[in-house]
Amino acid sequence: MIPTLRGRLQTRLFAVIVIGGVCTALVTPLLPGFPPGTPVSERYVDTFSVLAAVLVLGIFWEFVYHFLQQFRWEKDWPTLFGLLTFANEVLLVWFALRLGWVPNIESLPPARLWITHFVIVWIVIFGFLNGPMKVVFIRWRFRGGRLVGP
Amino acid sequence: MTDHSATIAPGRGDQRGHTDESSGSHPVLSKDIWSDHDARSFGAPVESAPLVSIGGGMGSFAFTHILRIAGLTAHDVRVISDIDRPYETYELLCRNSQIPAYERIRSDSGSMMDNIWGFPGYALRETFNRGLRRRAGLTGLGRALAPSWNVLLEPIGVDYYTPMSSQVFESCDREMVRLNWPGHLLPGTARNIRRRQEGGYFTVYLPRDRTRRQLRIVQSQHLHVSVGYPGLRFLPDLQRYRTEYGDSTSVVNAYEEHEHVYDQLRARGGTVIVRGSGIVAIRIVQRLLDDRAAGANLTIVHLFRNYVENSQGSGFQRRRGRRGFAYQGFNYPKSGWGGQLFDQMMRTESPEGRSAIIRRTGGTNIPHRRAWEKSLTAGLNGGWYRQLQGEVESVVPGHPGTVSRVRSANGSTQEVFADFIIDGTGLEADPREHRLLADLLDHGGAGINGSGRLDVDRNFEVRGTRSGSGRLYAIGAATLGGYVAPVDSFLGLQLASLLVADDLARQGFCKRIGPIRSTRQWWRWARNVAP
Ligand SMILES: Cc1cc2nc3c(=O)[nH]c(=O)nc-3n(C[C@H](O)[C@H](O)[C@H](O)COP(=O)(O)OP(=O)(O)OC[C@H]3O[C@@H](n4cnc5c(N)ncnc54)[C@H](O)[C@@H]3O)c2cc1C
Repeated sequence: MIPTLRGRLQTRLFAVIVIGGVCTALVTPLLPGFPPGTPVSERYVDTFSVLAAVLVLGIFWEFVYHFLQQFRWEKDWPTLFGLLTFANEVLLVWFALRLGWVPNIESLPPARLWITHFVIVWIVIFGFLNGPMKVVFIRWRFRGGRLVGP
Repeated sequence: MTDHSATIAPGRGDQRGHTDESSGSHPVLSKDIWSDHDARSFGAPVESAPLVSIGGGMGSFAFTHILRIAGLTAHDVRVISDIDRPYETYELLCRNSQIPAYERIRSDSGSMMDNIWGFPGYALRETFNRGLRRRAGLTGLGRALAPSWNVLLEPIGVDYYTPMSSQVFESCDREMVRLNWPGHLLPGTARNIRRRQEGGYFTVYLPRDRTRRQLRIVQSQHLHVSVGYPGLRFLPDLQRYRTEYGDSTSVVNAYEEHEHVYDQLRARGGTVIVRGSGIVAIRIVQRLLDDRAAGANLTIVHLFRNYVENSQGSGFQRRRGRRGFAYQGFNYPKSGWGGQLFDQMMRTESPEGRSAIIRRTGGTNIPHRRAWEKSLTAGLNGGWYRQLQGEVESVVPGHPGTVSRVRSANGSTQEVFADFIIDGTGLEADPREHRLLADLLDHGGAGINGSGRLDVDRNFEVRGTRSGSGRLYAIGAATLGGYVAPVDSFLGLQLASLLVADDLARQGFCKRIGPIRSTRQWWRWARNVAP
């Protein structure tokens, strides 16, 4: 990818809200680790709260990535980085969960629950951005990842 | 400096001849704007089409592919071309400059002339195309997965993946059938463009049909010009040598047919000078090093005018350099095709400013390739590949071969004897050297930009050529210096074509390609169904 800062932010919003949203809506009922008997509505509150954390923290990360990108002559963002950044992002989400920063979630949920959720969302977004996204939005790859605006 | 004896196009060839048996210097050609009456008085049959694209090479093909997706038909878009297949000129230039069919070219996995979406890329397609890999001698599971694995990692620890030229040809062949490309073609060579008084354009062209070499005219609302390079360009001292001594055997251009050089070096050995330090020069050097490895007793003297000792620039603008070469994956930083560099160019209003960015980020450079680096090192250590930095003062016949007087930076001069000199410095891109473009500058209202090429706006409309509701667009090498730095590349041609298509859509000429149209059309492409 050859993102611009605005393109990064727009892509992040689109990817997490739309793709992450659909993905979360589909997988929440199937995720392991909820205490038995948790009502579906509460499950959704939990998973969407984690997704919201990924979004908010992700916006912070995009600024960091944009800064790091400046060190690259090509001003590109290699595909591999899109996978590696999994590590720092998951770590920050973990901190946020532990410190109780995430609204609606008082204590750290079981790892197999939120990490499974996180990994699924991550892989689906990664896959979507590296293929179908370009099919649906023909100009996206030529516009630094922007979807709207100049 | 250009060589008017050399032609590069496989079709009708030389686009630079200034007289013609049948065209004529009909008096009406002196008029810049024609009425319908003027067109009739020219005495050639007049046909009409909504849009005409001149060239029929990679640029016209990319453009037509997109316009078809945008809802136009073969009837709406006619292509005047001197070749049958859009890659013929490209293939010829590749072959001469030592990129045979299964050699890797220099653009990325997502630069696909048959697919504007960039998905699935050439790497993935290579993984799943067993026939292709077999023909290229790449058998086994490891070799099948390598391309896809490479694009996942690149460029961290691996060189950028680039497709083989045959992949480009094969994918174009498939897309040609899907689009019914022959149905778009008006085989021939465009001679003149005249604005039509009532709006739109007239294009005078010479049909290829050799039995009836009579000019014809197409009238169209819009025009698109993608005519590639006018011809070969030689370094001034080499051009002087060729003209003065009538010797075009010892001194050759990398882009013209020059197999005799390799044949003789293989048979009898000898010394060859390579001039230039860009992608073509390195390919020539590589070919020679391969021949040497296969037993030819040859020595290469590589002459650099600008020797890049090490990385250049500082901070956020640092480009790698070593052993004479500047390195980057493609001819521009990747962001030139739509990222930060693209935005910067679009924002830069002054032509001088854009030229400066182009010089800084483009210019002469080569990609890093492991195999090349290895044979360069071996050649340098073994002494059969030498590098020399300096200005050439003169080239004279050496009986046999040639003698070049080279002045180095410290002022000393030395004479270098060589059996052959290969000029790898470039192709001509001056629009003045192209018959049609020169005419467009003289009669069509077109002007020159800060880089000496056709002046186009952000939508690739040629400034000064508008005719009523008609618009004239140009893309490719002739428009370098405009708002898209890498316009002379596959992806650059596609990006430019998309900008033109969007401009046409705003005028209601074709449909805008939104998410639904885009997805549906991709699906048709995937199933190989006509758009
Ligand atoms: C050796 C070489 C290797 C390259 N490798 C790559 C690469 O790996 N990746 C990449 O992205 N880019 C590459 N490029 C750059 C560029 O993508 C190609 O040159 C591409 O072919 C340019 O397309 P075009 O339409 O501008 O010109 P062309 O493909 O050359 O097509 C123009 C056609 O118009 C014809 N023509 C000219 N005048 C007239 C007329 N008056 N009437 C009718 N027809 C006319 C010409 O004969 C020619 O056939 C390479 C270029 C060269 C020279």
